[in-house]
Amino acid sequence: MKLATMREAISTCVHDGDVVAIEGFTACICFAAAHEIIRQGRRDLTLCRMTPDLVYDQIVAAGCACKMVFSYLGNPGVGSLHAIRRAVEKGVPAPLELEEYSHFGMVGRYMAGAYHLPFFPLRSYTGSDMPRVNPRIGSVESPYGDGPVAVVPPLNPDVAILHAQRADPEGNTHLWGLLGVQKEAAFSARHVVVVVEEIVDEEAIRADPNRTLIPGLVVDAVVHEPYGAHPSYVQGYYDRDNAFYLRWDELSRDEAGTRAWLDEWVYGVRNRTEYMQKMGPEAWQRLAPGEAWSDPVNYGRYT
Amino acid sequence: MADYTPSEMMIVAAARALAGVRTVFVGVGQPNIACNLARRTVAPGLELIYESGVYGARPARMPLSIGDPALVSGATSVCSQADLFGLYLQGGRLEVALLAGAQVDRYGNLNTTVIGDYAHPKVRLPGSGGACEIAINVGRVFIMMPLSRRTFVARLDFLTSPGHLQGGNARAELGMPGAGPQVVITDRCVFGFDPATREMVLRSLHPGVELAAVQAEVGWDLQVAPILAATEVPTAEELRILRQELDPQGVYRR
Repeated sequence: MKLATMREAISTCVHDGDVVAIEGFTACICFAAAHEIIRQGRRDLTLCRMTPDLVYDQIVAAGCACKMVFSYLGNPGVGSLHAIRRAVEKGVPAPLELEEYSHFGMVGRYMAGAYHLPFFPLRSYTGSDMPRVNPRIGSVESPYGDGPVAVVPPLNPDVAILHAQRADPEGNTHLWGLLGVQKEAAFSARHVVVVVEEIVDEEAIRADPNRTLIPGLVVDAVVHEPYGAHPSYVQGYYDRDNAFYLRWDELSRDEAGTRAWLDEWVYGVRNRTEYMQKMGPEAWQRLAPGEAWSDPVNYGRYT
Repeated sequence: MADYTPSEMMIVAAARALAGVRTVFVGVGQPNIACNLARRTVAPGLELIYESGVYGARPARMPLSIGDPALVSGATSVCSQADLFGLYLQGGRLEVALLAGAQVDRYGNLNTTVIGDYAHPKVRLPGSGGACEIAINVGRVFIMMPLSRRTFVARLDFLTSPGHLQGGNARAELGMPGAGPQVVITDRCVFGFDPATREMVLRSLHPGVELAAVQAEVGWDLQVAPILAATEVPTAEELRILRQELDPQGVYRR
């Protein structure tokens, strides 16, 4: 049994100075875990994520991080991430070191980490200034006479935190919709926390094994946290709260506004349940999608 | 008298450039709406591919970002980003990508990383995302961005995604799979690229735009095609789809 509360999972799996990956590309971004990391006052974290998004903007604003490894630094579909920009441009609340790749470079880093390879080769970076500012982006000569090929180093986070629709108590996890880099991040990390909308029994997982993206084999803790990815979305469960993404763009423009928001919505609640209650039922009704079911598939019974 | 905005003209011109294209890699922002307009007009067989891992999207609403859940529901396939970049992009399956940047130079090289010095930037921009590998691997690159002296610069502050690099055969000599930038669509005009030097060439002016006004917004000595075309105005049907179906709130059309 790996079931844990968010407080237990974060206090056990995330330590000061850790390399942390909260992944999820636009979808399934575990804000609930980020808020608990902030509440527990973690420091000197290296935050890895393809798209830092609001989730790392908030962690950086709270002063928990010293470095960020990423490939796209924006508020998706809205604009800039103001807290991260303050940290980079002005050192507020603390300086933030950046280590920057392209998307495929970050994907390749997780893959090399998960596959236990010394590097991942990819056709990118030729002619770009990116290798000039990030010496970890390298190049090797193909042993088969095809010329040079760019390489990126493996990434093995101390902990990956991944949100999904459902898992059983052992952490066998069903995920659908955008798959992002969730599987690669899970297999690359030393410890994995899975956060889900629903806990189901083992039979529900075994009835549809193709949907199991992350096996319990690599999972340390399972947290049941409905709406834990808000204001991002979970396919089939709730839509992205775009109004919040727009609001964050306004309120995070100055440090005081950002601080006030953290005080009210992160430090001011004890857990996600209180956050949900504070949001109110009409918020969740507003974000509920309609239904679009797939046809069931027949796996066959072979006895 | 024009009853459309310069942004609408840019989106329509970009959509038309996709006529006959089968697979397009869709960038964030205005490229997103241009590709969705193209699929409803000049390119009904167009497959929309998003770096979030979606192939063959059929969004029922205008996606708010390239990771919108509406891109998933009803798509042909949704895959991991490893598969998207490895099998689709690097595997050579994608014909065109529509990209934008904060700065572009005369060879179609793009900057989306920093304004100013990298270590001490005046403005920290988003960075590459998938743009660097897309610019290298996709068959052809179409650039779409508003014309401005701040963005059409003689020298990039940072080269994020390679266009034709220093021009001529620079791309081919480095073994890049894709042909690089073919067209730059702006809110005032459309540029192509010289087949030998690979330098940007003004090809077409949008209605009501003077040549001198375009030259004033470009940070280098602009090459102009001997016969300058006039971009056709948006049709009533293009504007109807744009305003009523794709972007009723006007987020992308301002």
